[in-house]
Amino acid sequence: MPPALAVTALVKTYRGGLQALKGVDLRVDAGDFFALLGPNGAGKSTLIGIIASLVTKTSGQVRVFGHDLDQDPEAVKSCIGLVPQEFNFNLFLPAGEVVVNQAGYYGIPRREARVRAERYLRQLDLWERRDTEMRRLSGGMKRRLMIARALVHEPRLLILDEPTAGVDIEIRRSMWAFLKDLNAQGTTIILTTHYLEEAESLCRNIAIINDGEIAERTSIAALLGRLHTETFVLNLKGRVTELPSLGGFVLNHVDECTLEVEMNREHTINGLFDALSRNGIEVLSLRNKQNRLERLFLDMVDQNHADARGAS
Amino acid sequence: MTRGPGTWRRYWVTFATIFGKEFRRFTRIWVQTVLPSVITTTLYFLIFGELIGGRIGPMGGLPYLDFIVPGLVLMAVITNAYSNVVSSFYSSKFSRYVEELLVSPAPNWVILAGYVAGGVARGLTVGATVMLVAMMFTRIEIHSPAVTLLVLCMTAVLFSLGGFINAIYANSFDDISIVPTFVLTPLTYLGGVFYSIDLLPGFWQAVSLANPVLYMVNGFRYGLHGVTDIPLGWAFGIILAFIIGLSWFSLSLLRRGVGIKS
Ligand SMILES: Nc1ncnc2c1ncn2[C@@H]1O[C@H](COP(=O)(O)OP(=O)(O)OP(=O)(O)O)[C@@H](O)[C@H]1O
Ligand SMILES: [Mg+2]
Repeated sequence: MPPALAVTALVKTYRGGLQALKGVDLRVDAGDFFALLGPNGAGKSTLIGIIASLVTKTSGQVRVFGHDLDQDPEAVKSCIGLVPQEFNFNLFLPAGEVVVNQAGYYGIPRREARVRAERYLRQLDLWERRDTEMRRLSGGMKRRLMIARALVHEPRLLILDEPTAGVDIEIRRSMWAFLKDLNAQGTTIILTTHYLEEAESLCRNIAIINDGEIAERTSIAALLGRLHTETFVLNLKGRVTELPSLGGFVLNHVDECTLEVEMNREHTINGLFDALSRNGIEVLSLRNKQNRLERLFLDMVDQNHADARGAS
Repeated sequence: MTRGPGTWRRYWVTFATIFGKEFRRFTRIWVQTVLPSVITTTLYFLIFGELIGGRIGPMGGLPYLDFIVPGLVLMAVITNAYSNVVSSFYSSKFSRYVEELLVSPAPNWVILAGYVAGGVARGLTVGATVMLVAMMFTRIEIHSPAVTLLVLCMTAVLFSLGGFINAIYANSFDDISIVPTFVLTPLTYLGGVFYSIDLLPGFWQAVSLANPVLYMVNGFRYGLHGVTDIPLGWAFGIILAFIIGLSWFSLSLLRRGVGIKS
């Protein structure tokens, strides 16, 4: 099967001269759940905009399930469902009509469009709101409506640009479950997010884009495997004033009842607890100091900035 | 993608969806879309037809009121077709929901056709209403229904296209009132709505011939009364040429994404 997405040497220079994409190559396999990460202004939305025909490319090639964007734009567009970063609704239309109209644009006759709109509005918990004008929906409801609208023609590739921005925790969790389910049923999903926890819990593969270039393209598992050290924060039962020295673990005081432990991959948490117990230190709870992906991500972006400074 | 019968059915559904959305839009806000033209033309009929018209005497071989009916109906068609498309398409740009269409596999010509059909529907709806109003002031026997309807439709298409192009170039809501004020109104007033161009000195008659509205008003006047300043073939030829030119231009703007894609 051809890949869901194959982008080759993609360049975008906006009017005014800003080069937002500097020759991007990216391949996403059919069936994948793929995260596109990168700092603000890295070029994520520009890349997505070109794939979805909202932004014109300067040069390069885009293929979606083997269809070329230049040669057969209608086939490419039929394969894609887009959830954009910014709201783009007619605010005076009822929510249900927005979804039905979108189906119509894809050529789905109105009767069938109504059936599908109901299905997706129910799945996204918006059916009760079908007659509410868009401007009267909350931000989180609008986000979910964008997902319903993007799915109504049953695309093989769903692209979501920061789908959970401004969405509360409960709904975010239910959106995750929904997307996982959709992916399990065969829809390829690409999403951008600034919540690395989201990428870690949803996605299998990942690309990091920085300053218009792909800095990294790998699997999440492989990326996490690269972490050499991890830092945990321990809450202690009693007070500890003197830090024992434990081989292989670096201990630091946060306060009398809290320790930070840095450990490398040769050691295990079992070993850490054995050592602590031997020294009479009892632990109430423990957490990661930082989301692991977040740590890697920041390292990588820092590295890039350092490189850029070094080069100039 | 091969263009089998399925493709054409898809295009038809897309067109019907855009048209349906446009139709519901102007009928829902009919107080803003249909009523104003009806009120202004009623005033014209009252003032120019009834009050002043009686003192002017016949024009182009017709009682003055009868002479201005075609022009006033046409003026309503022109402004409504134009403003329907310009305001609807510009709003979709402004609030970015034009993106709903851009991501869909709707070809540009289907998008254009859908919006133009919406403009034509509003133009004809208002035109018909104004015509009914005119019938309260004077007896109108339609000389040639076919010519009348054809001229009305072609005029509505032409100015819907104009509204579309205006919307593509507009960057603010102010921009969508510039063309109607500075171009459309002068063209219609100078297009022989209120006078026969025979009244003009030779030079200004020649200048008037460059005004497309003149051909529509005269084509329409022929349809209603069987009287025209311009040969009918000429009138149709010129309107058709404008329609083809503006369609081609609109499609090239859409293809290049002018004003809608960055
Ligand atoms: N329409 C536009 N015209 C000119 N420059 C633009 C346009 N859109 C984006 N840019 C620029 O292109 C660069 C990439 O922007 P883009 O929106 O793709 O970033 P992003 O990765 O999506 O960022 P964010 O995480 O903030 O959404 C930025 O420098 C931005 O200022
Ligand atoms: Mg973005």
